[in-house]
Amino acid sequence: MHKGLKTLIWIGIAVLGAAALGGIALNRGESINAVWFVVAAVCVYLIATRFYAGWIAARVLSLDATRATPAERLNNGRDFVPTHRWIVFGHHFAAIAGAGPLVGPTLAAQFGYLPGTLWLLVGAVLGGCVQDMMVMFCSVRRDGRSLGQMARDELGRIGGSAALIATLAICIILIAVLGLVVVKAMTRSPWSSFTIFATIPIAIVVGVYLRNIRPGRVLEASAIGVGLLLLSVAGGGWVDSHPQWRELFNYDGETLAYFVIGYGFVAAILPVWLLLAPRDYLSTFVKLGTVVLLAIAIGVLGPEIRMPALTRFVDGTGPIFSGQLFPFLFITLACGAISGFHALVSSGTTPKLIARESDIRVIGYGSMALESLVGVMALVAACVLDPGVYFAINTAAGVVGADPATATGTITSWGFPVTAEQMQTLARAMGEETLFARTGGAPSLAVGMASIFGSAFGEGLLAMWYHFAIMFEAVFILTTLDAGTRVARFIMQDALGTLWRPLGECSWYPSVLLSSLLVVGAWGYFLYIGVIDPNGGINILWPLFGIANQLLAAIALTVVTAVLVRSGKLRYAWVTAAPLAWLVIVTTAASLEKLTSDDPKVGFFAAAADLSTKLAAGVLPPERAAVAPQLVFNQQLDGWLTAMFLVLVWIIVLDMVRGCYVHLRRRHTPLDTETPYVRTQLA
Amino acid sequence: MNAHPAAFLIRAWRALRHLSGDDAYERYLAHQRAMHPQDTLLDRRAFYEREQERRFSSGPTRCC
Repeated sequence: MHKGLKTLIWIGIAVLGAAALGGIALNRGESINAVWFVVAAVCVYLIATRFYAGWIAARVLSLDATRATPAERLNNGRDFVPTHRWIVFGHHFAAIAGAGPLVGPTLAAQFGYLPGTLWLLVGAVLGGCVQDMMVMFCSVRRDGRSLGQMARDELGRIGGSAALIATLAICIILIAVLGLVVVKAMTRSPWSSFTIFATIPIAIVVGVYLRNIRPGRVLEASAIGVGLLLLSVAGGGWVDSHPQWRELFNYDGETLAYFVIGYGFVAAILPVWLLLAPRDYLSTFVKLGTVVLLAIAIGVLGPEIRMPALTRFVDGTGPIFSGQLFPFLFITLACGAISGFHALVSSGTTPKLIARESDIRVIGYGSMALESLVGVMALVAACVLDPGVYFAINTAAGVVGADPATATGTITSWGFPVTAEQMQTLARAMGEETLFARTGGAPSLAVGMASIFGSAFGEGLLAMWYHFAIMFEAVFILTTLDAGTRVARFIMQDALGTLWRPLGECSWYPSVLLSSLLVVGAWGYFLYIGVIDPNGGINILWPLFGIANQLLAAIALTVVTAVLVRSGKLRYAWVTAAPLAWLVIVTTAASLEKLTSDDPKVGFFAAAADLSTKLAAGVLPPERAAVAPQLVFNQQLDGWLTAMFLVLVWIIVLDMVRGCYVHLRRRHTPLDTETPYVRTQLA
Repeated sequence: MNAHPAAFLIRAWRALRHLSGDDAYERYLAHQRAMHPQDTLLDRRAFYEREQERRFSSGPTRCC
């Protein structure tokens, strides 16, 4: 393209982005159209990917398009295959896009639209995207090594073990929290339960088709599967309207928790082709399709943002999760801005596919920018709801009261007017009995999406859209649950193998059973406690997940900072050291608050003490007293887990600083841990 | 860029097949014939099973 034209286009994007951001900034007090958020975000991410990532690529990393990548040098036609840039982009984006950036921003909307939007933009541009790109680069220059291996090589045994522990911990807590989101969406909702249950036989049908009937015809099989999924959404409506069938799918949270745990165990030991692989194909298609649909719907409809810029809950008294804006906004948004989990994917399959080093900018940085845009859209979907409705859906019965009149009264008294009739009408329109206290983020996102889709593509189908949105989230949450259990199982088998060698053999069936049982037992425990917790469970688990995720991000940034410093690029080390420093501050502050706060809503130990005092005094109602001992134990366990995360962060960072200091003092030549240069043969 | 609409559609279809892994077996055949002509080839089903097993045992494939 002509150079002048290119410059003009970029100036246009910059002006448009500035206008959109300016529109948001200056329109305080008036209602703002959601389109501006999306336009502002798109422009910011485009400019950041073009210029900041371009600068990092050229100056910091000195990406070299003439250097053969592992995909080219080690090409085996299987995992190492040089692949077109946009195909790798698609694969990588599909791998990193998950439920985190949908749930996190939905919860964080309790602070208002402004803090969440700003951190999604700033955090992704300066932190998350940089992390993904840097880790991918380091892996490409080291034959596609994983984050764990690089941590061992660059930081030593301590760093390596810490990375492994953090990965295992984050997998377990992640699965528990996602399982909780699904359980909360299905509780006492026959329509949702039927649709989500139906995804299992549908996946199996697709799996059998892909293996036995027409092996490997992914597109055919997926088309059939997606068709069946849509039918299951419609079928759920029929089940819901049928008095006998509806009772077959009408369950309370505890029963559903056992179902999910049982499902997780069976899915983990079944052959991959039967359930996981077909489910993964379906979830990828549904996920990408829905994200595109949501973007189009926001563009077509242009809904107004109803949430104020800032709510009173920045002071830490929030009903959805407790704690002040700093540090809990950052912990809650987690994945949408900086996600440590991405470092595992960026150093997993993706670097083995990259054909040219210069592709790393778009694939590493660009995919995360797009993922963060999904987060912005989730935030928009939460903020177009009436704030009163948003709080009524997302606040647990233990916080505002189980009875509709009390709940709406409390929420109205916070300054977010809502009535019981309004909630009843909305629930009926969505095909649900009630929408009160449907915590976990999925139902409120589904209501938001349904109202956006409904207004853009026809009001009459609101209930369909709602359950479609629930199905969309559940399908890929269950994929993550299944895939995550497997990842955790491999780590567990590795660890067990050091105790007794046969247990380390990945395909030895008793070892598979034992390690799957341990992993499912671990996340199942947290899921179960979350379900019986009258305060919704998500308010405990999500911060724990956020801290674990940010810890993993800190480990990833520590590794790449060590690489920069030791390879003689100290002057550019701030590119990763600055987001690392911020993460260390945030995780330390959040962990310390969770450990030492006297407020039982924030501190784990304070909550445990408060609950046991109440239990001893006999002031708890009987149903709460029955679960109180378990909750007390769980709060203490969460406290110790948090303490472990905190200690891990500091061990790794101090170990890295020490290593870098020693290196800078003793050596004057940069340390080269990269695979030697080979010139590319690709045209 | 190719201006012809049919050519564009064909390219889009190829990209979709590649992206979804629909053409994985064809690519495997091409690779084996070019690089290891003496090896015996897996049939579609065996190849599919092996690939699925590999995909989900080589570290995280899906994220939060």
